[in-house]
Amino acid sequence: MKFPTQTAPLPEAQNSVRRVMLIVLLALMPGTLVAIALLGWGVLINIMLAIAAGLLAEALMLKIRARSVRPAIYDGSVVVLAWIFALCLPNLGPWWLPVFGAIFAVVVAKQLYGGLGFNLFNPAMVGYVVLLISFPEPMTRWGPAIDVGGGALNFMQSLAWSFNGVLPSGVGYDGLSVATPLDHVREQLTAGAPIHNATLSLFNSGHLLQAWNLWLGLAFLAGGLLMLWRGVIRWHIPVAVITGVLVMSGFLWLLDSAKHASPLFHLLTGATIFGAFFVATDPVTASTTPRGRLIFGFGIGVLTVLIRSFGSYPDGVAFAVLLMNLSVPLIDYYTQPKVFGHKQGKLQPNGAGEGGK
Amino acid sequence: MSEVSYRELTVQGLWKNNPGLVQILGMCPMMAISNTVVNAMGLALATILTMVISNGLASAIRHWVRPEVRLPVFVMVVASVVTVIELLMNAYLNTLYHVLGIFLPLIVTNCIVIARVEGFAARNRVLPSLYDGLMMGLGFGLVLVSLGVIREILGFGTLLANAQQLFGSVAAHWTLHILPEQAHFLLAILPPGAFMALAVLIALKQGFEQRRAARISQKQLSLASPAIAGVQ
Repeated sequence: MKFPTQTAPLPEAQNSVRRVMLIVLLALMPGTLVAIALLGWGVLINIMLAIAAGLLAEALMLKIRARSVRPAIYDGSVVVLAWIFALCLPNLGPWWLPVFGAIFAVVVAKQLYGGLGFNLFNPAMVGYVVLLISFPEPMTRWGPAIDVGGGALNFMQSLAWSFNGVLPSGVGYDGLSVATPLDHVREQLTAGAPIHNATLSLFNSGHLLQAWNLWLGLAFLAGGLLMLWRGVIRWHIPVAVITGVLVMSGFLWLLDSAKHASPLFHLLTGATIFGAFFVATDPVTASTTPRGRLIFGFGIGVLTVLIRSFGSYPDGVAFAVLLMNLSVPLIDYYTQPKVFGHKQGKLQPNGAGEGGK
Repeated sequence: MSEVSYRELTVQGLWKNNPGLVQILGMCPMMAISNTVVNAMGLALATILTMVISNGLASAIRHWVRPEVRLPVFVMVVASVVTVIELLMNAYLNTLYHVLGIFLPLIVTNCIVIARVEGFAARNRVLPSLYDGLMMGLGFGLVLVSLGVIREILGFGTLLANAQQLFGSVAAHWTLHILPEQAHFLLAILPPGAFMALAVLIALKQGFEQRRAARISQKQLSLASPAIAGVQ
């Protein structure tokens, strides 16, 4: 319901939850379309399954908690959550990955904390991380849609593969799946190859995912700019995340460019741009003060590179986001902006020092 | 304390004051060792034994221990009992002993043991103390084994795997395979899974209690004023 302003100059809120979510969905479109074009129908199947399971879980949990179901379903927050979560999943995974992950994200990470606006951790990333550490093997099933000797799957064939694990005759699973660029570089480094050769071999070996990551990144960047333009997100977090990634990877690269990938590589592979614009900017779990957002984003960028370089998983965006979610209350506490007309008071244990003059 | 009702001790230990679900004591072994049923049973048995014996000993010597030094004395008693049990398990249940590892000697520092010794056995006669140790230990063990059941089924897809470690060679074929290999939910056997499973158990208990309390107050209401209940 909308109350038109009767008298002058009262500000009117333009953004309802539903409108914000619609813009986010619109902003996700270019990236999603590119992903479907490059990675095949599996992406779309994942998204549909995740949305269906997420909506069902949300409705069920709201029923159990004796809350009204309709507004929470229609505001679109679950659809956005499930969509972002599904985009993280491998395109050749089985059907129960998106279903299980979406249910876990909605039930445990969102509803058990009290629903929209109360959750501490980014639900999409919780769902993804739970899948990643619980089902490591199915979570590696990435593969291109373009024929690389194995053959491409059409929509029905993708469905059959997702639900029954049946491939059309003449197509081998090994022909379909490939390592992601981050996986590939990690393998090469573990095998002792210098980083220069490792990244070069990506291009030379016809490793198509490398080039696609660039297109995906650009598409998500376009979506992110749309959200910035419509005022759905603010510039602080994406800029800080990208700065964090560049600073940390640049530092490591300068330190030992034989062992660490270049900043550009870190920026353009994996989930850096997607994470910076769509994941880290979740209004519920991110920091809420301007300075806090800069710290929050920078932390995500730095941690992402650290986890990629020294952790045991190839990409670290999800873990970095969850770790920084954990520190949001602390960041918010120490970055309170000063109230107009007040001097910036120093935080003191007894609450004194808030000068009013 | 003068009169101790055994019925009350049973209810307190197993339900109302359950060490795992209400007092939330002894979390460290509970989280670390509850990944399979057999591990959980092994630790539960060791803990129950420790609690019964040390409760009994502490109660027997309570008149000769000066209050100023009671805590060190009690800790020493518990430590000796744990050492005996540890050596026994090393001798007769060797594989399980190695699986439980550091968590067996760590029973000494399990808060629930010293809590019962200090809170109950130091002021009560020997027989009630023995019984209290048994009931509190059972309460702890039941939660431990329930966690073990949940986590083993979800994480390993089996039940009673490696039962021969505890029950001897007859139990070598007791393993039940419940979930197919692909569906193993690894998170359940990792530490976060332990916290989540315990949280679910606590929530279930609280939900059950709340419902019962609501039912009882409803009943009392209808007894007190039949007219109102009739309207409802």
